[in-house]
Amino acid sequence: MNNDKPLLSLEHVSTFYGQIQALDDVSVEIRAGEIVTLIGANGAGKTSLLMTLCGDPRASSGQIFYGGRDITRDDTANIMRSGIALVPEGRRVFSRLTVEENLSMGGFFTEEQDYRQLYRHVLELFPRLEERLTQRAGTMSGGEQQMLAIARALMSKPRLLLLDEPSLGLAPIVIQQIFDIIARLRDEGMTIFLVEQNANQALKLADRGYVLENGKIVLHDSGQALLVNKSVQEAYLGG
Amino acid sequence: MGEAGFYFIQQLLNGITIGSTYALIAIGYTMVYGIIGMINFAHGEIYMIGSYVAFAVLAGLALMGVDSIALMLAAAFIISIIITSTYGFAVERVAYRPLRNSNRLIALISAIGMSIFLQNYVRIVQGSRDIAMPSLITGGWTFGPADEFNVTLSYMQVVIFIITFITMTLLTLFISKSRMGRACRACAEDLGMTRLLGINTNQVISLTFIIGAALAAVAGVLLGLYYGVINPYIGFLAGLKAFTAAVLGGIGSIPGAVLGGLILGVTEAFTAGYFSSEYKDVVAFSLLVLILLFRPSGILGKPEVEKV
Repeated sequence: MNNDKPLLSLEHVSTFYGQIQALDDVSVEIRAGEIVTLIGANGAGKTSLLMTLCGDPRASSGQIFYGGRDITRDDTANIMRSGIALVPEGRRVFSRLTVEENLSMGGFFTEEQDYRQLYRHVLELFPRLEERLTQRAGTMSGGEQQMLAIARALMSKPRLLLLDEPSLGLAPIVIQQIFDIIARLRDEGMTIFLVEQNANQALKLADRGYVLENGKIVLHDSGQALLVNKSVQEAYLGG
Repeated sequence: MGEAGFYFIQQLLNGITIGSTYALIAIGYTMVYGIIGMINFAHGEIYMIGSYVAFAVLAGLALMGVDSIALMLAAAFIISIIITSTYGFAVERVAYRPLRNSNRLIALISAIGMSIFLQNYVRIVQGSRDIAMPSLITGGWTFGPADEFNVTLSYMQVVIFIITFITMTLLTLFISKSRMGRACRACAEDLGMTRLLGINTNQVISLTFIIGAALAAVAGVLLGLYYGVINPYIGFLAGLKAFTAAVLGGIGSIPGAVLGGLILGVTEAFTAGYFSSEYKDVVAFSLLVLILLFRPSGILGKPEVEKV
């Protein structure tokens, strides 16, 4: 991978839901191997940004490049088959499918031998899932469902993993586990775009961070710099 | 066992026969509703087309001098399934897919329009008269005393039981074990998420319409042969009955559609047998009204849960 060019870049992207503007001239870059985080208050447009780069909804203006290719007008299903995987807000595991079936939905297009290897890998990352393979996903706890949502995304063998508030609604000890896994995935070479309200933990982990306010990027710096930034501390780190 | 007992068994057999064909049609309603949340009101017409194709195949084979019943049945089923599925697929592409993102009411109106269109299309092409289906399978077994009321189980009824059972088994295996079946279940639960996993949900939706139409075609062949008469209007009532069965069992649930179909068929048969056959539709649709009033989610359906 050529490190000069970003793996993913959004250039001056705006998005509308009907008449309502969710994103306003947003530019974001993610390089291969980085963890980049996006922080912002509720309703700032964090999920809209992730969904726009998945093509749902499509950007109204601006361009999105992934691996050097313009994907702005691509169909969502095509984008998600090109090496991008999403762990969506609220997990959205298939609650009536078993854990094993959920994983196989994630790896729907993965080739046989890759599939077996990934399968072993995610069960090693999340041993809890192995105990529950034949259980319906809906019967599991929130933390286990979050682990399943991450495992499902990994089954498609992504180069870029998008995580939308993976810590939301989870107990502190589970949040720690999730962040440990994210760190481990980074060490394995995964590129990660992490959207979080839990700004403190996200910034500690991230190489770089963006701050989104009312659909606009208002700040952009290294994770460490943002952690000590006065206005970030006041707005997102509880002063 | 006395005469009353034999009479009871006869009504039960008749009810299960009709009920299993309702179940076949109802699955088409319930699968489509389960995935895209719309009632495909043209589905009854798809069933009617299934009957007409079977008639055309049987008439054609008869002209060619084919007299093997097994061959005629096999040809009727296979060709009817293929052609009827094509109609099911086309209806979705033409009348529903362009409206996928619009208000649900608009798709519903389009469905009703499609239903009227198909009915009149068959009427113009085939004429509105009743058409007699060739009686391929005649005779049956009789149980009970010869001088009193006795139970007749016709060979045609046995064929309906066996074909329905095989079809349901194949469908169950497909839905529960196959890769595309899993995708169908995932779509039924969260269409958007399934697309976010890279799956072409339009293909899954098309597949649902094709499966529903194929099952309706099976019902079309079976009921056409059972009643012996078809016309362009049979889809209307059969469609409404199957829709009732789907709602009764819990729309969106495949086992629910089967259960609803059987309950509806048996209820109708008992109404006809013990009361008056003129009231069987009244009772069937009263059942629909009651279920909508007191248990709108149906027998096996889950109450509407807010998605998070």
